[in-house]
Amino acid sequence: METKDAKIEARRFSFYYGKRQALKEVSLKVWEHQITALIGPSGCGKSTFLRALNRMNDIIPGTRAEGEVMLDGQNVYSPGVDVVELRKKVGMVFQQPNPFPKTIFENVAFGPRVLGMDGKVSLDEVVERSLRSAALWDEVKDVLNKSGLALSGGQQQRLCIARALATDPEVLLMDEPCSALDPQSTLRIEELMEELKERYTIVIVTHNMQQAARASDWTGFLLLGELVEYGKTTELFSRPQDKRTEDYITGRFG
Amino acid sequence: MKKRYLIDRSSRSVIFILALASFAILVAIAVFTLKEALPALQKIGLLDFLLGREWRPSSGQFGILPMILGTVMVTTGAIIFAVPLGVGCAILLAEVAPQRVRLLLRPAVQVLVGIPSVVYGLVGLVLIVPLVREIGGPGLSLAAGVIVLTAMILPTIISISEDSIRAVPRSYREGALALGATDWQSMWRVVLPAARSGIAASIVLAIGRAVGEAMALVMVIGMATAIPLSPLDPARPLAPSIALETSYATGLHRSALFAIAVVLFVLIIIINSLAIMIMRRGANAKNVR
Amino acid sequence: MPRMSANSTQKLALACIWGTGVVTFLILLVIIGYVLVQGVSDISWSFLTTAPRGGLSGEGGISTVIVCTLYLLGLTMAIVVPLGVGAAIYLSEYAPDNRLTHLIRYGTEVLAGVPSIVFGLFGFALFVTALHLRFSILSGALTLACLLLPTLIRASEEALRAVPRSHREAALALGATKWQTVWRVLLPAALPGIATGVILCIGRGVGETACLFVTMGGTSALPTSLFSGGRTLSMHLLHLVLDTNAFEKALATGVVLIITIVAINAMTNWLSQRFRARMTGGA
Repeated sequence: METKDAKIEARRFSFYYGKRQALKEVSLKVWEHQITALIGPSGCGKSTFLRALNRMNDIIPGTRAEGEVMLDGQNVYSPGVDVVELRKKVGMVFQQPNPFPKTIFENVAFGPRVLGMDGKVSLDEVVERSLRSAALWDEVKDVLNKSGLALSGGQQQRLCIARALATDPEVLLMDEPCSALDPQSTLRIEELMEELKERYTIVIVTHNMQQAARASDWTGFLLLGELVEYGKTTELFSRPQDKRTEDYITGRFG
Repeated sequence: MKKRYLIDRSSRSVIFILALASFAILVAIAVFTLKEALPALQKIGLLDFLLGREWRPSSGQFGILPMILGTVMVTTGAIIFAVPLGVGCAILLAEVAPQRVRLLLRPAVQVLVGIPSVVYGLVGLVLIVPLVREIGGPGLSLAAGVIVLTAMILPTIISISEDSIRAVPRSYREGALALGATDWQSMWRVVLPAARSGIAASIVLAIGRAVGEAMALVMVIGMATAIPLSPLDPARPLAPSIALETSYATGLHRSALFAIAVVLFVLIIIINSLAIMIMRRGANAKNVR
Repeated sequence: MPRMSANSTQKLALACIWGTGVVTFLILLVIIGYVLVQGVSDISWSFLTTAPRGGLSGEGGISTVIVCTLYLLGLTMAIVVPLGVGAAIYLSEYAPDNRLTHLIRYGTEVLAGVPSIVFGLFGFALFVTALHLRFSILSGALTLACLLLPTLIRASEEALRAVPRSHREAALALGATKWQTVWRVLLPAALPGIATGVILCIGRGVGETACLFVTMGGTSALPTSLFSGGRTLSMHLLHLVLDTNAFEKALATGVVLIITIVAINAMTNWLSQRFRARMTGGA
């Protein structure tokens, strides 16, 4: 697996909210077609790092980034980078399912529409393809005109995944996608992630260590903005190199 | 592709222009009013204006003390009646009344909020004024004004207070009841204090409406220029005075009307600031708890 | 005097509360009831379709008045809606979080509370006199637009802010530009709230007299252009009460006004229902 290219590489990446430094020279490589998990206690910067990958932090005023984040060898923070294009390639699913107050169809079709993709491929095909990828098609194929908000929590989150997949991204970022869901829905989404990694690269932030241990291939442990340890999930959890990592995963703090 | 960015940029400009135009209008209103009021304030002098007891434009006298008193009296009178009635009715609608009564009364209150002031004035003129005349005086009086104004601000107090009371979380009520309080104790000691800031806001809004009301009062309050000494005397509050004289006032007289408008402006700002302070205190109290 | 038990206090309080309800209901009954009962007998098809003929006994109907009211409201809304919604979008989505923005918001709130007669005075001095627009529908519309602008800005801004932040984030994360987010997600979501605000403004405009009767002139002829004078329903009622002794016609006009307000209220209620339904997945 190490022979595959690094899809995303952070090089000494630091991030500031005003004066507060939230990320301290984080360097790691996200491998293609793998699931990479970021774990750590609250406030350690894992969500900040995730959102830095598609520059969602840009919308917060007063923030500053230093260092580089390379996507396929290109720094996404160089001036002149088209952020909108970046977000087409790097999709995001949020902690709380947040479908738009529109129909299921319109939710999934939103991305292609705004990106001007609705000319080239039929929207119907894109919507079906995305909903199938998100394992939601069979449940909603007859009610595409229903409001997205009428679905259950787990279904809404899969709808959001379908919505993100509709722009045909290469990377999928997931910010604690299961924390608002019941255990059954959580399991379904973890299974979905296994399927999705064949076509996409997935980076997931989770506060649930068992989930990281279960579902990911690589894990990074962040503490107070620093990347303490990063490696294959099986190794990190069975033979952690750093004492702080060991303390965290054995529950001494968190 | 590029089209999207073009639309984004140009729509941003359109929004900016619309917003700028709106705010420019609002500024212009304030500035224009002040500018027009200046000659009167300079010539008459602020103290003479505010405390003068005679308003006789034709002989150059511009004292608005009777008007200020008129406004204060009619507003105070209306508030004294409308607040207990309004809050009581709000409690009724929010907590006490069965569904059928609620379904009848609530839309009715909403309709009352929207009824034009001239309709209130009409009913006041046709029903209330003769009633007051039976008791004494010309009928067109402070009393008639108070009654009409009470009816006008009542729906405002009811609807906003009711919303505030309903917004109080059930857990507060249930907590009190679980401790053995009666419904009324729970309402009086827990729910109403929690809804305090919303109710206060409704009262402040009602005061604002009362202070600014012109048309209905023009029809029932008599518009005589002396200071009213009893509720049966006619009065002449600030807002109706402007209404009465706008179309024929010129020169210094018109400037004086603008000065009255400035006084109203200032009153509204004071009232609004009080409202904001009260609401902020309400919010803080919630956080502290 | 012995303290009342909690239960007797409660009974007393309940009685008082029901008392206030009864009083309020009576007031409502008197106002609406009186107007409706007395005025409805004078409403007829001819009342609605003939023009007022003036004179001390207020002969005629209210046809031109209705036309004029619609004309005025249409013109006013055409001015105030783009300005108000545009300003609201700016405040909600584009404005930086600094003191100037706070000042603008504060100013808007203050002006929303300024009495309409002040706007009437302002409109008279500026539009009718200074800008030489004379007593006209245009002057009236501009004045009314100034009156309604702060209220519409506030209502629209609230509707926009009520849309959860997550929708904006989701849209941006999918690659939408800011304008696309506003146009495709926020405005549709806030539309019922904005529409309610617009309709409430229309309702207020229907009932307005103070700022119109000093700017519109009050002629009862059918308006032929923006610069014709005119008279709205509320103004007509005022005229009938103050200048004639045709109280029955005044009451009849009152009935028309009340029915209009009821219809407007019903519409805003229906819109609020739809709004809530849509936000929770019904529609």
